[in-house]
Amino acid sequence: MKRTSLALTGLLAPLLAMGQEQKRQPPPDFTSGYQLPSPTTPVPKEALFAWFDVGVLLLALVLAAYIVLSRRSRAWLLVLTAFSAAYFGFYRLGCVCSVGSVQNVVLAFAEPSYRLSLSVAAFFLLPQLFALFYGRVFCSGVCPLGAIQELVLVKPLRIPDWIAGPLGLVPFLYLGLAVLYASSGAGFVVCRYDPFIALYRLGSSPLMAWLTGMFLAASLFIGRPYCRFLCPYGALLRMASWLASKPARIAPAACISCHLCAKECPYGAILPPSAEGDRAPLHQLRRTLARRLAVAVPLVVCLAVLGWFAGPAMARVHPKVTLARELALSLDRPEAPKTLAVEAHRRLGRSDEEAFREAAAIQRSVRFGGAALGAWAGVVVAAYTVSLALRRRRREYVAEPGTCFACARCFASCPVLPNGDRS
Amino acid sequence: MADEPKSRRAVLADGVRLLGLAATSGVLGALAAKSDARNMVWQIDPDLCTQCGKCATSCVLTPSAVKCVHSYALCGYCQLCFGLFRDKRAGNDLRAENLRCPTDAIRRRFVEDPYYEITIEEALCIGCGICVKGCGLFGNRSLQLQIRHDRCIGCNECSIARDCPSNAIRRVPASRPYLLRQRGGTR
Repeated sequence: MKRTSLALTGLLAPLLAMGQEQKRQPPPDFTSGYQLPSPTTPVPKEALFAWFDVGVLLLALVLAAYIVLSRRSRAWLLVLTAFSAAYFGFYRLGCVCSVGSVQNVVLAFAEPSYRLSLSVAAFFLLPQLFALFYGRVFCSGVCPLGAIQELVLVKPLRIPDWIAGPLGLVPFLYLGLAVLYASSGAGFVVCRYDPFIALYRLGSSPLMAWLTGMFLAASLFIGRPYCRFLCPYGALLRMASWLASKPARIAPAACISCHLCAKECPYGAILPPSAEGDRAPLHQLRRTLARRLAVAVPLVVCLAVLGWFAGPAMARVHPKVTLARELALSLDRPEAPKTLAVEAHRRLGRSDEEAFREAAAIQRSVRFGGAALGAWAGVVVAAYTVSLALRRRRREYVAEPGTCFACARCFASCPVLPNGDRS
Repeated sequence: MADEPKSRRAVLADGVRLLGLAATSGVLGALAAKSDARNMVWQIDPDLCTQCGKCATSCVLTPSAVKCVHSYALCGYCQLCFGLFRDKRAGNDLRAENLRCPTDAIRRRFVEDPYYEITIEEALCIGCGICVKGCGLFGNRSLQLQIRHDRCIGCNECSIARDCPSNAIRRVPASRPYLLRQRGGTR
């Protein structure tokens, strides 16, 4: 009896499903003592690792600071760098990293339903905290992205300051873009275009594999191209490092201005002592400053307006905006094949008006975000031009903490011994 | 006079440094309020899943970390399982051309007349969701796609979530990492 009814249901099901709500089969009452198995639910290994990773991060940061500032040993730093590339990169497959954690932090502020894991917060804050005291020791030996670039750099070419300086502003703009996309819910653009993830995972999409290849090839001759010219977390570390209280000092005793360290630095981070006639007279400096500040205000306004108008274009990558666009297209041309998102929208029985409203709200908020991003770009460029006018007096060769990656190359080149003698 | 600006600069630098520390601790405090000791992991909400097939192809892993999971308590134990059999078939036997699964990952075992138990062999499953779709057509929707956490490497941005056309993938607390439909309610 049961069998026939089931077979009937099976036969009739297509008809029934068309006619009414989907016909469901009643769960059987077993008489043979059959025990219902339950599906296995393996625990997330990632969550178990999370706190262990924070421990490893802290230990690596302490070691990096100790090796750079106290041991002043490039060899030991290379060991730590290789370990970081192996552990955070190849073993832990690069997630979650401090660079990407910026977006999690932004999302935690923008999206009330998202709760930031404390381990991710630690990944965001610990390197910043270390930068406030010791400069970018995180970049030197802990960051897996920095590590791979440090390890493959064979023949560093010196990039002239007039190229490296403006290119160094890109991380600040990329940071702004990452904040905009993370806060609007469009996604984590920094993770999406992480150039070394394809290497650490030994496989990725063709585009990312190509990007990885390009960056690796560039890293052979250009010191840390990602860190210097793209990394948004590096922009934050750079600002924190300007405040560093104990950054790496090149000469262990009085500097003899021999220039050897500056020649050794592949990142152009070592600034020479200022010459006597180098400083412009005060009135001239004031005039230059006034001129650049006067340009700054319209620049910020112009870029903000530009960002305002670019907002809707930037919002197009948001999945809900994409859905609204595709919905509108499919309403215009019902005969055209539906995209997956439109199909899913229809299958879940969601309302079109709701989708259009949501997309419009996102586009509005990205408009404001775009204006803020434009203003931020203006501030960054203006701050750069102003900083060019300001020349600080330096008595010796110093590693500018913001751009110094604490790679410890220059220590060995310095002929001054800790007791002040020369080697 | 020569030393005057230098000491002023030092005082200023200390002040700025202190401000930086204060800002960092401010961020720390704000973050503590916004954060949670629990770690988050990615999971598919079966109620939103439309079995588009992206799970099989968009994951950074090959094969995908997404597998079909069988919620036995929901299953009708149908002899003519629509997760197992195709709509158009030559008969009701287990010949390959009659089956949905492209990798032959579904095992069928006789329990008692007329019930058959369906088991997913996870090592073979690629997470394409074809059986899930079939089960959803006529069955109890006991077959569901789930991210298996013994495989998932926990990308900060899940590449399947990015491609998912119905936004069915979201972060859930690692302490309750599955969103399986159970009998008499969703999870």
